[in-house]
Amino acid sequence: MKSTFRESVNAALNNANLTGALGKFSEAYRVGRAKAYEGIDFEAVRERIKAAKSSAASQLDTLAERFKQQAEARGAKVFRASDPAQVKDYILALAKANKVTRVVKSKSMASEEIHLNAHLEAAGIQVKETDLGEWIIQLAGQTPSHMVMPAIHMTKEEVADVFSNEVESGQTPDIPRLVRFARGKLRTEFLQADMGITGANIAVAETGSLVIITNEGNARLVTTLPRIHVAIVGVEKLVEHLADINPILTALPRSATGQLLTSYVSILTGQVPNTDGSPKELHIILMDNQRTAMAKDPKFKQALQCIRCGSCLNVCPVFRLVGGHVFGKTYTGGIGTILTAWFDELKKSEDIQSLCIQCGNCKVVCPGMIDIPELILELRRRLAVEQGQSVAQKAIFAVVNNRRIFHAMLRAASVTQKPFAKGGFIRHLPLFLSDLTEFRSLPAIAAQPFRDRFKQIRQPECREKAAFYSGCLIDFSYPEMGEAVIKVLNKAGIEVVYPDRQTCCGAPARYSGAYEVAAQNAQDNIEALLEQDVKYVVSACPTCTVALKQDFIATFESLGLTGRLGDARKLAAKAMDFSTLVKQLVDQGRLSFKEGKDLGRFTYHDSCHLKRTLNASEAPRELLRQAGYELTEMTECDMCCGMGGSYSLKLPEISAPILERKLGNIKATKAPLAVMDCPGCVMQIRGGFDKDGAQVKVEHTAQRLADRLE
Amino acid sequence: MNTLFDTFKARAEAVSAEVHRFPTQREAFDFIIALLQDQGVLESPGAEALWAEGSFLKGAGRKYLSNEAPGLSFEVTRQAAAAAKIGISQMDWAIAGTGTLVQDAAGVEQRLVSTLPPIHVALVGTSRILADLPSLLERLHPSQTGYISMITGPSRTADIERVLTIGVHGPERLIIIFVDEFERGNA
Repeated sequence: MKSTFRESVNAALNNANLTGALGKFSEAYRVGRAKAYEGIDFEAVRERIKAAKSSAASQLDTLAERFKQQAEARGAKVFRASDPAQVKDYILALAKANKVTRVVKSKSMASEEIHLNAHLEAAGIQVKETDLGEWIIQLAGQTPSHMVMPAIHMTKEEVADVFSNEVESGQTPDIPRLVRFARGKLRTEFLQADMGITGANIAVAETGSLVIITNEGNARLVTTLPRIHVAIVGVEKLVEHLADINPILTALPRSATGQLLTSYVSILTGQVPNTDGSPKELHIILMDNQRTAMAKDPKFKQALQCIRCGSCLNVCPVFRLVGGHVFGKTYTGGIGTILTAWFDELKKSEDIQSLCIQCGNCKVVCPGMIDIPELILELRRRLAVEQGQSVAQKAIFAVVNNRRIFHAMLRAASVTQKPFAKGGFIRHLPLFLSDLTEFRSLPAIAAQPFRDRFKQIRQPECREKAAFYSGCLIDFSYPEMGEAVIKVLNKAGIEVVYPDRQTCCGAPARYSGAYEVAAQNAQDNIEALLEQDVKYVVSACPTCTVALKQDFIATFESLGLTGRLGDARKLAAKAMDFSTLVKQLVDQGRLSFKEGKDLGRFTYHDSCHLKRTLNASEAPRELLRQAGYELTEMTECDMCCGMGGSYSLKLPEISAPILERKLGNIKATKAPLAVMDCPGCVMQIRGGFDKDGAQVKVEHTAQRLADRLE
Repeated sequence: MNTLFDTFKARAEAVSAEVHRFPTQREAFDFIIALLQDQGVLESPGAEALWAEGSFLKGAGRKYLSNEAPGLSFEVTRQAAAAAKIGISQMDWAIAGTGTLVQDAAGVEQRLVSTLPPIHVALVGTSRILADLPSLLERLHPSQTGYISMITGPSRTADIERVLTIGVHGPERLIIIFVDEFERGNA
């Protein structure tokens, strides 16, 4: 990670205006979005968007030609450009040929992508952005920090200063006045401009139409008053059929701003008259700039399903802390990282991809059904292949990849940590490691790992068998969680075996882009866990469960190791997370709870992988209720705790404020107990409360159920 | 039709549009005349109220309006629209589900009166309310017109501190008038 990048992240984290505005917005967004989608089947809508856009991405060239034919039949001129230089040259030549001196623009990310304004201005042409947010940042000499709200990072005081310094002195920080001021100043620009430049939200191939949406109404003026209209359209905006605009117009305003529809939607098809009655010149530039290459990449083709709503930014726990500017000049957030890697270059994503904590919030809300976290992992993998891994990472993975050394080191650590461990926690680490324990204590390494304790557990003879996959945290820090799991399963008549050759699930390697390491981990675990004939393979760590059920397969597929897929699928079919299995056993009548007892209130934290990948959010809640606890939901119960595996070690400055918010939400419930299904979340949240001093007990669901079963 | 109207009204008012409904064209005209009076443009010579061509003006409508509202002009130009306080136009359809008005706006005068003046008065037949966007696209196709305008509430922005502010570039008031029965003239 470059130190300049780290500095920009820290500057953003310390910008109270930015984090305050984004924090408040993300909370309001969640509510507004949910309300806007009332009565709408979001899954059905996004399936239709995915189908339309994915089909379009498979035939970009055909659709671009069809669009061109249709639009030109209606008097438009369509120019297909492969790179940014061609677009800029075309517009400049057009402006010169028509003696254009003034240009007004409505918001166009495509024009930001190619830095059009600077090019025209260098040739002496005046360019005015007319979207209020874009105008503000243009005057301030900045770039957009958010796709939909480009100036969200600025306060009204800053806006008043920009207006006073750049336009007319004496502006006060009164929002309605500032808006009126902008209306007055820009109205003159609209009326004087010779050329209007817009983007487009959708381009319909079968009719040659452009669909442009705004709230301010500036695009209507830009397309009506100047005598020439130029639209710059990325080819990924193409859809084949007019009917394809239905699902996009249903989702785009709802997902972007929580509106049912934006104030204005215009569908432009061919030439229309100018205000003097002459036919308006309409030039449509279909810009490729790597989109066709992206469409040919089997992994990244899906990124062309993006409708630029920005919802992936709005739900991101990291974006709301750091804002958009750390991502670079144009596209921001999760999808921005992916687009930058392609439209700019892979190397440009090197630092920003590390910001993704892999919580999966964006994947759930994306109207284009893009698996953004997966694509970011793929960027990581390609970067690791292209540039190799850092020496430190290589050393770590060399250890993780060798089960014997890895386990021997962890055992050794239980001894060497002694000067730092106290009451089950490591509260301070020396020197360069101190960041890791500044905001939360780390758990001490258990004196005896679970794999050793297991041998001392006496189990009843049972007809059914399950293999327990502990994962590293339960094995070496929280063996008591493993003991609770065995106790519960024994009650249901299931004997638990512990295949001793199991090792790290490979998630740390995979999430760092080291797929070869992850594949070796997968292979070792598959062999260990399939050795005995068991009915279930149970894990009490959601990240490990996802590895067993999905990631082993995905890693093999990515590396083309098709020969290993059979066993990986066999394991996946048996793998289950603890709560889902226990709920199933309760429903089957194989487990029952002790007679009703009021055990007090608890709040439940949804771990990212359990809720969004394994879709298990109700099972643990229901089990805990049946056990005698009363649930009080916290705000943002399914928001990441900031752990993210090694993320909290790599970016502790981001992990800490995410955790702080989580601790605050837990404390606000006043429940004395916070329960969760992930030992990683327990580590983060329990460690946070240890530093914070609040008296909240943090436990795994298994621990709370173990004593409550008959 | 009443259910569709009620839904439309609720949705449009939720986004700050003003919604009225009259049984006849004459009553709607009288409402507009009262509005012009209220805004001080009923008899002003500067043509501060502009009415773009539409079927409501066919038949006796235009004559009645000319007599009652001498300040009203039907000559829509760029300069006149930029100076006008009120722009009046007729919409082709309304969409209940989102409180949206829809117009074939290929004629530039239709866009001038609905973008430049601070108040936009939009007339539409009550029978023209449709349920949703797909129903609209079955009736109004881009092959018929070069510019389809959909309007949902007045112009708005939240670009400064996310504070909703009405009337940034387009109208700050959108007054929607439904007419149950109107003289169709030649339309």
